Amino acid sequence: MGLDKLKDRNISMGEYINVLEDEYPKTGWEEFKQIVKRSVKGELFVGLKIVWNMMTGALFKGEMHTVQYPAEKLPIGPRYRAVHKLLALLESGENRCIGCGLCEKICISNCIRMETKIDENSRKEVMEYSINLGRCIFCGYCAEVCPELAIVHAGRYENASEQRAHFVLKEDLLTPLDKLKEQKEYPGFGAVSPDADEKIKKTPLSY
Amino acid sequence: METGFIIETIIKAIVILAVFSAIAGFTTYIERKILAFMQRRLGPMNVGPQGVLQIAADGIKLFMKEDFVPQNAARPVFKIAPLITASTAFIAMSAVPFFPEFELFGYTVRPILSDINVGILFVMGVASVGLYGPLLGGMSSANKWSLLGGARTAIQLLSYEVVSGLALLAPLMLVGSLSLIDINAYQAGGFSDWLIWSQPLAFVLFLIAGFAETNRTPFDLLEHEAEIVAGYATEYSGMRWGMFFIGEYANLFTISFIVSLIFLGGFNDLWFIPGGLAIILKVMVLIFFFLWTRAAWPHIRPDQLMWLCWKILMPLAVINILITGFVMMF
Repeated sequence: MGLDKLKDRNISMGEYINVLEDEYPKTGWEEFKQIVKRSVKGELFVGLKIVWNMMTGALFKGEMHTVQYPAEKLPIGPRYRAVHKLLALLESGENRCIGCGLCEKICISNCIRMETKIDENSRKEVMEYSINLGRCIFCGYCAEVCPELAIVHAGRYENASEQRAHFVLKEDLLTPLDKLKEQKEYPGFGAVSPDADEKIKKTPLSY
Repeated sequence: METGFIIETIIKAIVILAVFSAIAGFTTYIERKILAFMQRRLGPMNVGPQGVLQIAADGIKLFMKEDFVPQNAARPVFKIAPLITASTAFIAMSAVPFFPEFELFGYTVRPILSDINVGILFVMGVASVGLYGPLLGGMSSANKWSLLGGARTAIQLLSYEVVSGLALLAPLMLVGSLSLIDINAYQAGGFSDWLIWSQPLAFVLFLIAGFAETNRTPFDLLEHEAEIVAGYATEYSGMRWGMFFIGEYANLFTISFIVSLIFLGGFNDLWFIPGGLAIILKVMVLIFFFLWTRAAWPHIRPDQLMWLCWKILMPLAVINILITGFVMMF
């Protein structure tokens, strides 16, 4: 195709072929024959049959497509990036986050903010951890960069709430103690090994 | 005129009005459910078991909505138009025999409001007056979509009046009477006596015309939402809009009753099925067919509609009348 053809913007003048009509009727007699042919063909009844099959399939063969959403939920893919979650340490139930600040650094929309201090045991302690979900673009860099796998994208996709605070408090993001058993682990550094059940022990402080 | 007859007539009128308004409401529910099943959805589910109370919820909503009259509308005409649709739909039922006669507490009840000897003519006439509802509603709304809907009302309903009238002529020639009871009695011999066997073409033509006259979906150019928002009903809200739709569904039932009376053997006993049940079954099948086509078939353009009416259906109806006449003559 030459450049002049590409530059021709007068597209309606081109030689187009109507692909829907193989033999377009030219005379009145041909038109009449086409009409009769189509009338006798019964295409409309094929449509009725298809719709009927759809209905019987939906009613009697369990092919109904409706998910009654608030009562019934579709399973969500494990790699889906929904609202963040802070995972807890299985041993103590404490926050796994070590306050390294990498997620804050890598966040391309600058929505993660953390405040840390050195506590009396000269360990780093996370005082505040907030994610502004109004700005988060769910890129997943924070979860990818976290060396302890403390922050992940969890499966909570129902992002509507009455209060903004529901999404930004550390207490909401962190797995609560009683749900610790159900905490789903992500493989990688910081995650528990497959034989963790034998190895795991409570931290001395909890006795 | 004796008092008993007047009281009986009033009671019959109230029963028709009450029963058919309720059925018209219930048909909206059935329509939503069946259309949903045909599209593999569930339809209304949350109000009541399987959503059956949706009718009540819709009714409450329609009554509560603001009754809105546009600024430049012709106010009296705008307000009267839905009344015309609803009332003509019910008046047309006054000459329709719904069931065979039955005994109630030793008193013979004839389930027809007035047995006039030109029953079918009366029904067709009143039904065609019904076109003033959408027409005046569309023209008085001060809205371009409504105006287009009103114009389409005129072309569509008037044109298909011709087809339905001509299609009915052939079976009426065979029967030799305009009374719906006579037409019903003509087919008393059972399944093989049905007029659909001797007049199949008239049946098809009348059914197509019935689709167009009741403004059902393959032919609902009056309120074709893909082209003209909601057509003649664009500016209507609340119960005025509701009245248009009660009228539409009442018309649907009238047409179904007429088709089963004229072509499908009416309320004569069918094998072991008693006549009263037989006609209800026929009407239900026809209503289901109306919904089925709504789910299956696409809208057509106004020019296609007119083309179909004047170039295909009307000549076919005339040919049918001619053939019937020749067959009867020789």
